[in-house]
This record gives sequence, structure tokens and C-alpha cells, in this order.
Amino acid sequence: MSDNPVRDAIQEAIADHEIILFMKGTPEQPMCGFSARTAAALEALGTEYAAVDILPDPRIRQELSAISNWPTIPQLFVKGELIGGADIVHEMYESGELAQALGVQPPADAPQEAPAATEPRAPPLQIDNNLTQS
Amino acid sequence: MPSPDELKERIEMAIPGARADVHDLTGGGDHFRATVIAPEFGDLSRIEQHRLVYAVFGAEIGGPIHALSLETRAE
Repeated sequence: MSDNPVRDAIQEAIADHEIILFMKGTPEQPMCGFSARTAAALEALGTEYAAVDILPDPRIRQELSAISNWPTIPQLFVKGELIGGADIVHEMYESGELAQALGVQPPADAPQEAPAATEPRAPPLQIDNNLTQS
Repeated sequence: MPSPDELKERIEMAIPGARADVHDLTGGGDHFRATVIAPEFGDLSRIEQHRLVYAVFGAEIGGPIHALSLETRAE
């Protein structure tokens, strides 16, 4: 472990979860429209994913952006790779590329617009719990 | 407070041959939407294209520029 427990926890979370979304708020209660839209695209594809709320600790966002070289939230990672933020995920959802990247079938009646948020399939990941120990 | 014109100018100055179209999404001077077309995007992934535009503003993204929504293409 390095002397940066927040960075370690984020890197571990990215490595441990095939699909992981860093967002403001939670899939049930997003705190930003961009995060809401991105979570909704994942919900619409019916894929399991981990979600991390970056709001409880400002260091999460700071370290995440340092790792990913990406300044904004949300950030979607698949198999350890940054796929994109809200705009790219939305474009990929509409083109069918997102389903492909996630390894799922797009719904036959896929709407043209990303739908509103629905019930999440995975409980939010509480990364901040790991970080307050140090 | 940054204006859409200022953002447009800075993007076009920083990225050679770029044409940018910038709107203030809320009228509040901190949520923007930019469409950027630049020849050098042709060789880049979408992630790299967006990174180039974000790099124009550095730490201002997330600060005075709360949100910068992007659409980029080479064309």
C-alpha cells in the first residue's frame, strides 16, 4: 500500500468491479443531472454495476481525477478502463456501443433517449467507509 | 464569470483549426455545452478528444466552470 489510502481504495474498487460508476449521489438519489442520466443508461441496459458516491469526501474526486486524467463526474469504468463521462456514455448508449462495451444485449425496444432513472440493481458501494479509518 | 464567447475563443486558440460552438446551459455562467470540431480529433478516441478540450481549462473545470458538456468530432 502507498501512503495514499484514498487513491489505493479507488484503484482497488476499479480493479474489483467489472463495471463501476463514480457519481454524485447514488443511483436511487443522484445529486446531479449528469450522474442521473449516466446511471439511467446503465439501468436501462439491465447490467449489474457498482456505484460510488464521490460527494462524502472531496478526496475521492481529487484522487479519482488524478488516476483517470478526467476532470468531471460521473466517470464510468469497465474492466479497469475509463469509458467516459456523461456525454460519451450517452452517445454510446444511443449508438448501441455501450451495450457492446458492457457485453449485454441492447433491449429490443431501446428508446432513442436515455430513460429516467429506475430502481437500481446493485446497492451503492460505500467507498468512503474504507477511507475514514486512516 | 466565464462567458460562452470566452470559452469558444480559448478552445479555438488552443486547438489548431478548431471550431467551437458554446452555449450557457443555465444562464448562470457555470454550466456550458460545447460542440468542438477539429481536424486533429481524427486520430483520437472520443476520450482523448474530450481530454484535449478539458485540458484547455485545467483546474477551472469543476471550479468556476462547474460543468462543460462536450460533443467532439473531426469532420
